[in-house]
Amino acid sequence: MPAFILRRLLALGLVLFCVVTITFFMMRLLPGGPFDRDRKIPPAIEKQLLKKHRLDAPLFVQYRDYLWDLLHGDLRESTKYLSRSVNEIIGQTLPVSGLLGGTAFLLAATAGVWLGTFAAVRRDTAFDAGAMFAALLAISVPAFVTGPLLILVFAVLWPVFPVGGWGNWRSLILPSLVLAAPYVAYIARLMRSSMLEVLAQDFIRTARARGLSETRVVYSHALKVAILPVVSFLGPLAANLLTGSIVVEAIFNIPGMGGFFVNSILNRDAFLIGGVVIVYCALLGVMNLLVDLAYTLLDPRVKLY
Amino acid sequence: MTATASSPKENVSAAARATPSATAVLLRRPAVVFSLVVLGLVGLLALFGPSLLPTGVGEPSRDNAEQFLPPLAHGHLLGTDLNGRDLLYRVFIGARISLLVGLSGALVALFVGTSYGLISGYLGGRADAVMMRLVDVLYAIPRLIFILILVTVVEGPFRQWLGAHFVGSRWSFLRELPAYTKTLILILTLGLIEWLTMARIVRGQVLVLKNLQFITAARSLGQTHFKILTRHLLPNLSGLIAVYLTLTIPAVVLDESFLSFLGLGVDPSQASWGTLLADGASAINPIRSHWWLLVFPAAVMSLTLLALNFLGDGLRDVLDPRSRK
Repeated sequence: MPAFILRRLLALGLVLFCVVTITFFMMRLLPGGPFDRDRKIPPAIEKQLLKKHRLDAPLFVQYRDYLWDLLHGDLRESTKYLSRSVNEIIGQTLPVSGLLGGTAFLLAATAGVWLGTFAAVRRDTAFDAGAMFAALLAISVPAFVTGPLLILVFAVLWPVFPVGGWGNWRSLILPSLVLAAPYVAYIARLMRSSMLEVLAQDFIRTARARGLSETRVVYSHALKVAILPVVSFLGPLAANLLTGSIVVEAIFNIPGMGGFFVNSILNRDAFLIGGVVIVYCALLGVMNLLVDLAYTLLDPRVKLY
Repeated sequence: MTATASSPKENVSAAARATPSATAVLLRRPAVVFSLVVLGLVGLLALFGPSLLPTGVGEPSRDNAEQFLPPLAHGHLLGTDLNGRDLLYRVFIGARISLLVGLSGALVALFVGTSYGLISGYLGGRADAVMMRLVDVLYAIPRLIFILILVTVVEGPFRQWLGAHFVGSRWSFLRELPAYTKTLILILTLGLIEWLTMARIVRGQVLVLKNLQFITAARSLGQTHFKILTRHLLPNLSGLIAVYLTLTIPAVVLDESFLSFLGLGVDPSQASWGTLLADGASAINPIRSHWWLLVFPAAVMSLTLLALNFLGDGLRDVLDPRSRK
């Protein structure tokens, strides 16, 4: 097990290195520098700025210095928000995005598993049909439709939640609902079909023959096996929530990492882009590792390699 | 006996009833028929809708009285926007761009994914393992994040290249290309990220097919690998490919509107459903809400995506050999 974790962490390091390299050269090689504005700044000042951000050396030297700084945990300074370091910006915005994403993650996993199981147990009833129709609807309708519509209903017409912003628990509810909705639906569909498959197997018949209650059969025997496809979806789920939160943060005006990311791209803020991409990819790598570890705990047949 | 008494014609129809064609099975599902009607209607309106409306309704109006008209006012069925443009017209035009990007992007994904899956599955062994690990890795990366960077960064050089090569072109439609720079970039980049599922599915099916006897027969007849891939394997995958093409279109439409919503999508001179929704979302506030700008584009887009997903699900149940129970 420790060897497996170590190997995976090394692989993650390699992925991060590739990501940093690609991002860096994409930003530096293509036309349009970080200090190109509508109004041209004097060459002397631009030279000073480039020097300050150590962007005046030959490209390879720039790249080497940047990697060296990254190894020391220094994500450099933003070229747009002058004299604010990328570490500082991420330190302030990551907890916000993390809370939003974490809430949505828990919501998607628990509600999805529960709904899917419920629909499978009540197969071919009105509840099943209704839940599956709602699921397809939720998958088809993107966050930037549900978000503004929920704002219209629950913040404007009937003001129970704030329109946006960040502060107390009330401002967390609508955004995490919007972010989680498609994935609740997706997991519910996944869970339903896998549960139906498991409920038709022999060991379930055995459990029923032994006289166990239906609740026991479903929730302590079938669920353990049926949940496996859902667990393997949790990795991609994390990836989707990361991207999804960019839109949700824009809709609800939440000061998270997503908003800074979009702006940093528009501003060609190379180091901020680099920093955010590194954080995103590292988060994902760790999530995927945790999911794989969880998988082996749930299914002893799976061998780590 | 009744069976011998019945005419041959009736026997044929009985046999046809026993194994109905895929189309017949599909058309028996109300959800599929509903989807086809919706998609046909949206497609027709996207093509011909703008010319059905009075000319000039899509242009910005200088008259302040034309601004933010509610639905049904002054002959504007769905109302007007900030610039006094007719919303219905904008929804039609938006459908054009969104469906164009969705369809072409899905075709790019189809081409890349099918070729990749075919080759990977056909080669098998170590090459297959490496190619599939690459797909696994790409699956785990938040792809849209890189698309955001790529779309923004590539725009300038690509616009220049188009300008240099096509402005003096003989064909007028090629001369139009520079105006559609962003749209072209979107089609290419989105197509290049949505092929992963297609590659996996095709590869899985090729692994099964390539061990069947008709492939062995083709090989022993000395046919080239290329011919086996295109003439023998590809036709057997057509149902599967049709299914996942239908499911890729809504995915690409979603991606496009995601980018357009963030202001990084289609050129500002054009409208897609994403830009309309972004306008609609910004028109919602506690003081004064121009709800129609949000509700109508949202309804049309959701209905279209729902129909595409319904159709894809229906096709999958009928055509995908693995979903059959």
